[in-house]
Amino acid sequence: MTEMTTIPSGDNQLLEETQSDRKITWFERFLGPDNYRIVTGLFKTPASIIGFLLILIFILVAIFAPVIAPPVGDDPMKIPRDGFSGEPKAPGAEWKRNVPEIPFWYTPLTGNEEWVHLLGTAQGQYDIFYGIIWGTRTAFKTGIIVVVATVLIGVILGSIAAYYGGWVDNLIMRITDIFMTLPYIMMALIFSSVLTPILGRSLMPPLIAMITFSWMGYARIIRSDILSIKERDFVLAARASGVKNGRILFKHILPNAIFPTLVLASLGIGDVVLGFAALSFLGIGTEIGYADWGQVLSFARNWITVLNRYWFIVIYPGLTLTLFVMGWNLVGDAMRDVLDPRMRGKS
Amino acid sequence: MTNYIIRRLLLVPVLLIGVTLIIFGMLQLLGPVERSALYVTDFPKNEKQIEGIIKKYGLDEPFFKQYWRWLTGVEDPVTGERDGGIIYGDFGYSRTASQEVIGIIKNRFPNTVDLALWTIFPMLSVGIWMGVKAAVNQNKFFDQAARIYSIIGTSFPTFVFGLLLLMLLYANNQWFLPGKMSDWVSKLIYSGEFKQYTKLLSIDALLNLRFDIFWDALRHMIMPIITLSYISWATFVRVTRSSMLETLRMDYVTTARAKGIRENDVINKHARPNAMLPVVTMMGGSIVGLLGGVVITETVFNYPGIGKAAAEAASQLDVVTILGLAIFTGAILIISNLVVDILYAFIDPRVRLS
Repeated sequence: MTEMTTIPSGDNQLLEETQSDRKITWFERFLGPDNYRIVTGLFKTPASIIGFLLILIFILVAIFAPVIAPPVGDDPMKIPRDGFSGEPKAPGAEWKRNVPEIPFWYTPLTGNEEWVHLLGTAQGQYDIFYGIIWGTRTAFKTGIIVVVATVLIGVILGSIAAYYGGWVDNLIMRITDIFMTLPYIMMALIFSSVLTPILGRSLMPPLIAMITFSWMGYARIIRSDILSIKERDFVLAARASGVKNGRILFKHILPNAIFPTLVLASLGIGDVVLGFAALSFLGIGTEIGYADWGQVLSFARNWITVLNRYWFIVIYPGLTLTLFVMGWNLVGDAMRDVLDPRMRGKS
Repeated sequence: MTNYIIRRLLLVPVLLIGVTLIIFGMLQLLGPVERSALYVTDFPKNEKQIEGIIKKYGLDEPFFKQYWRWLTGVEDPVTGERDGGIIYGDFGYSRTASQEVIGIIKNRFPNTVDLALWTIFPMLSVGIWMGVKAAVNQNKFFDQAARIYSIIGTSFPTFVFGLLLLMLLYANNQWFLPGKMSDWVSKLIYSGEFKQYTKLLSIDALLNLRFDIFWDALRHMIMPIITLSYISWATFVRVTRSSMLETLRMDYVTTARAKGIRENDVINKHARPNAMLPVVTMMGGSIVGLLGGVVITETVFNYPGIGKAAAEAASQLDVVTILGLAIFTGAILIISNLVVDILYAFIDPRVRLS
């Protein structure tokens, strides 16, 4: 008797979802209806599927980097150099010194017995192909560290501000305002150049600097997330039954408040990588020759008068970086549509 | 209204103190020898000199004492001369550029303003036009194209885009040039024949009626202008489009249509003005951002503005200089944000009433 004709016309999809005899998978039960809607919504548009595919490809490249571009020497994050000449070499140039062993896929695919500079070399004979492949690891590392740290700071400050309110809230939000006044890239640049003499040239100075100046957005979002949950009945019930403040905050409010923010934040990896690449493009952070896309791109800065001849220093790492960021942005865009209340029930 | 303005004005000193505290906190991470550049020009040579400087300027005293000294400067008990003191505009001495930090700012800031001035119009007009058009043609070709553009635009790193422009428009055929001006223009300026009224090269060229110089200035600015606009368009399209879509669904728009008003008028006179509020909010931010120095764009195109000065100082680890520049841009941003916020209150009654 559950014929479709018994359902009144209107937003049928929505009604279907609310029908009681709909099968509920363990996955949906695990996430809860709201979060389940977000997750499934993410896989419904072609744009976000392309985004996921791009991200997946980059994850695979990062995992299989040693197979794709075999390392030379002890430290795989150092781009191998074929000599020291300043003049960049075009793609396909023969590799003379420091030749890495040939990976299994190379000869069948190209029919070539000798390892060449697949995408050319930058000045100082740094191999661009190697830099791009291993740079993927740098990208994920920086992206994940910064996102996790900023979200953590945001969660702590945002939830304290929202839950306690009053002067605590005021103080934390004013500090947030102050940090927000400062221009992000410039402050990250400044702070990492302050930290570099203390910590040495490595990933740490730009990472710390980026974390210091980018947690504010999350603190604000999480604060407002919590404020909207705080007045719900189940929180009142918890308080009435004498649960301690900290437990209410971390066990009852946070799990209900932050799922959307967590997903959005994880999609912020693209922006973080963009910022990090910008810093190393400006010559801040890792030592020269570290496998990192911004670093490879910065080699192009000395050749702007003849970029038409040395196009490969810009095009290949530039394209890689753009595709990486685009993957995250495509998924992020779909995510924003799903979270938009007006889209509810439509995706 | 007055209430709102007073509350907003009270926030300014809080922000100023906060920003200076953050920057001074960073300074404290340096050793006293490097920090001495705040007050003296020469690098101290021997132990004794270092000790003397530390003592004279109190570089080993408690945080807040030093902070106060940094704000107001140190007066010499004998000569009565003042060293340092950022509230007097003395940001210290740049050892890499061999000049006072305030001198760098005086040289570079007009260039940043010049660039910002010419970027504002294309940046705002094209982005808003695209957003409105996309919303009106929702799900049609223009809309899809605009959305794809907006995603590519937000993913395209500034410096990659800049390098591509250099490759296409400069390396190939030298249509447009990096830097600020051609050699013959800088010679002319040094010779003193060219009067500098405003220090903004393009404006001065117009005031002197030297259109060849004006064209030269534009040729150097066009690539940064394209780069800066290109990125902002991507976000302007997105914000304008969604705000416009929301407005077009409102009842008063349907009413206007039902009254038989022409579609063009419905869009341009009824819907668009109301859809502009979130866009105006963003406009303020973008313009303020331009004044704060656009580090990456200026560096890619070798454009000698505040942002490039900061990048240069940072890559040479000249912390005193870069923090001086940070204080300056911080102050500029706080003041322009204040102006923008007060202007909003005039435009949007909800702001001043809340």
